Amino acid sequence: MTMPLSEAGLAVEQHWRELASRRRLYTAGGLFILFIALSGSLWFANDSNAGKFFDRLPHFFDFVDQMIPRDVFDVWRAMFDLPSPYADGSLKFDYPEGRMYLFGSFYLPEYVYKMLETINIALVSTLIGFAFGFLLCFLAASNLVTQRWLRFFVRRFLEILRAFPEIVIAGFFLAVLSMGAIPAIIAVSLHTIGALGKMFFEVVENADMKADEGLRAVGGNWPERVWFGIVPQVMPNFLSYGLLRLEINVRASTIIGAVGGGGIGEVLRLSISRNHEAKTIAIIILLFCTIVAVDQFSAWLRKRLVGEQAFAFGRGD
Amino acid sequence: MTTLSLTDMQAISERHPDVFAGSWRKALTGWAVGLGLVAYLAFAWWFFAVGAVLASGNWGIAGTYLADWVSYEVRPQIDFKDDRLDISYPRFSAYRADRHPQWLSFEQQSATASAASANKAPASRVTVEIDGSDRIEVTPTGVVVTNGGETLDIAIVPAKSITVAGELPAWATQKKPGEKITVDFGFAGSAQIDADDVNVRHRFFGWENFFFDGHSPYWGKSTGEVLSLVLSGERIDPKMSNAALAWDNIVNNSEWQHGDVWIKMLQTIVMAFVGTLFASLLAFPLAFLAARNITQNRLINQVAKRFFDFLRSVDMLIWALFFTRAFGPGPIAGISAIFFTDTGTFGKLYSEALENIDDKQREGMRSVGASPVSVQRYGVVPQVLPVLISQSLYFWESNTRSATIIGAVGAGGIGLKLWEAMRTNSDWENVAYMVLLILVVVFIFDNISTALRQRLIGNKASH
Repeated sequence: MTMPLSEAGLAVEQHWRELASRRRLYTAGGLFILFIALSGSLWFANDSNAGKFFDRLPHFFDFVDQMIPRDVFDVWRAMFDLPSPYADGSLKFDYPEGRMYLFGSFYLPEYVYKMLETINIALVSTLIGFAFGFLLCFLAASNLVTQRWLRFFVRRFLEILRAFPEIVIAGFFLAVLSMGAIPAIIAVSLHTIGALGKMFFEVVENADMKADEGLRAVGGNWPERVWFGIVPQVMPNFLSYGLLRLEINVRASTIIGAVGGGGIGEVLRLSISRNHEAKTIAIIILLFCTIVAVDQFSAWLRKRLVGEQAFAFGRGD
Repeated sequence: MTTLSLTDMQAISERHPDVFAGSWRKALTGWAVGLGLVAYLAFAWWFFAVGAVLASGNWGIAGTYLADWVSYEVRPQIDFKDDRLDISYPRFSAYRADRHPQWLSFEQQSATASAASANKAPASRVTVEIDGSDRIEVTPTGVVVTNGGETLDIAIVPAKSITVAGELPAWATQKKPGEKITVDFGFAGSAQIDADDVNVRHRFFGWENFFFDGHSPYWGKSTGEVLSLVLSGERIDPKMSNAALAWDNIVNNSEWQHGDVWIKMLQTIVMAFVGTLFASLLAFPLAFLAARNITQNRLINQVAKRFFDFLRSVDMLIWALFFTRAFGPGPIAGISAIFFTDTGTFGKLYSEALENIDDKQREGMRSVGASPVSVQRYGVVPQVLPVLISQSLYFWESNTRSATIIGAVGAGGIGLKLWEAMRTNSDWENVAYMVLLILVVVFIFDNISTALRQRLIGNKASH
């Protein structure tokens, strides 16, 4: 049924075929490289792991079995530091030991207290990071700073703060200040300055410069231009990014806690390594609920601040 | 340009007081937020006992630790033994009784008197040149320290007494007469002089023995010498070529452990790569179930979405600790942790991307009677695939950083190695090396990921 093609038509067909086959070749090549990289990686990962994947897999559920507490209410008791009927003097069931008495017989359960500590680490770090990120971001924005060297310097500084591994900062200050929350605060704050500073200056660079032009026209100096021309426009976005950071920092300070920075991360690590099932489950529930609550609260507030834009969410970075 | 006079300004503000009054509520909110922040920070100061912790910090040692990042010390020890001096070095030093640094010179003790063990060099006079004319001269009866033109003369009766002639200069300290004296040469080092021995700490910029450690035949040779040996020298080890020997020596360098560090770095990279890839592959089909415009079943949507939230909220740390227990420390634990967390993250991101697609293409596919699978394949996937891949690439880079951190809790990779190096408080130069390696890798991946994303979705990829 096909009509014979003219010479021009044949040329077009020929070109199309070549293009299509080249694309197919590229796709296949890309997938092949990906496949090779993946198999190599998997082999390497399995080879250098302490336990081999297929040897350990059958025992995986043994381990899950070990995580089940003696009864469901023991989780409850561990969470609120109530005495356990299984108390035998060991660390495993010494729930009331951890009580933090505030006044009289009113106490905070140990894990709630630790959770509060972690949240406070995250909050303080986010505030510090926000403050310094705020101060630095205007110096890195190309629409506000004409000196290239200053922008370059501030941007590299922020990049280094962002990419520098948090555990190294935490580890360094752990060595200087001994155990505690402050190394965690310093580590998370420094990282937050870098991360927020970067997001902030991108927001500033996208700001509407008309307000700034107006202020410049009436002779406003640089701080006035920034404060009255730029800040009111970018503040909702800044706050939104700050809240996003808070979500991330709650997770980050938990992790830093696990390597010696105090808070809930540390008790979680200890509890898992000591096989205290009820305690572990209690901490996981508490941590899970906190993270969900912080995420929900932050999402709600961000939506109020910047509307639908608020859906960018992240982790790590 | 018209300029308003002061009276004009006042007249205008009187005519429109409401414009210039400013809102009370706004002003109050500003103050309330400010006061709240100050109050909270004060509370935090008290809660974390910031003042007490900072005051009790060992800040003196912080300077040494920081200096260790980019410099190293060589620590010869000179023992007073009745009529002679014994020079020795710490156990892991590259210097030995038969191999001394250039800045340390000594007069050999006659061989007959030498009863020293193999790792000690006997001497009758030792001169340690610290910096220019700054030096320490040790004889069996005394020590003469020259620093910045001043000279400190210390008379020593081995194992009995230590006496200073005259006043101590500002750079020397002694807690009590008869106790050890510490002399400080600033960055170049310090020395502790006691009645039994002299401990010198001579500091240099750079990383010591970065390529070859003290056991290597290439140790202490200049780049040119090493190159000429590798290219045209006689075989040092008959079993292998000089190049292979050099490579072997570098990889197995006992101080820097290059081989091990590279393997651990590779583990971290692999953890991020495989974890992210698997998470993308699993999240992709699940996201179709979670997107309410594609799977029109509220129950399935909700179940899938809550499942993603669960995976994401349990947090990478918990998954990491959990899988470390299950699989033992190593990259499999790290891969699993990243895989679980990011399946949740990608599921959420992908399903949001799917819910924002343009419906026209699907309609077109449906109107020509395509099967449901074809509708998705040609009506949906081409629209979202670049976005999805771009998001995965973005997280690949960010996961390389996360993998470092979860490594420290036991999930393997460079994180654990880094943590171990920091724990000993003596290997800060190794920490600096690993940090540099991580920064370089993250930088490279950042650029690859950004470049790929820009090709996929254009300039939207900037962050």
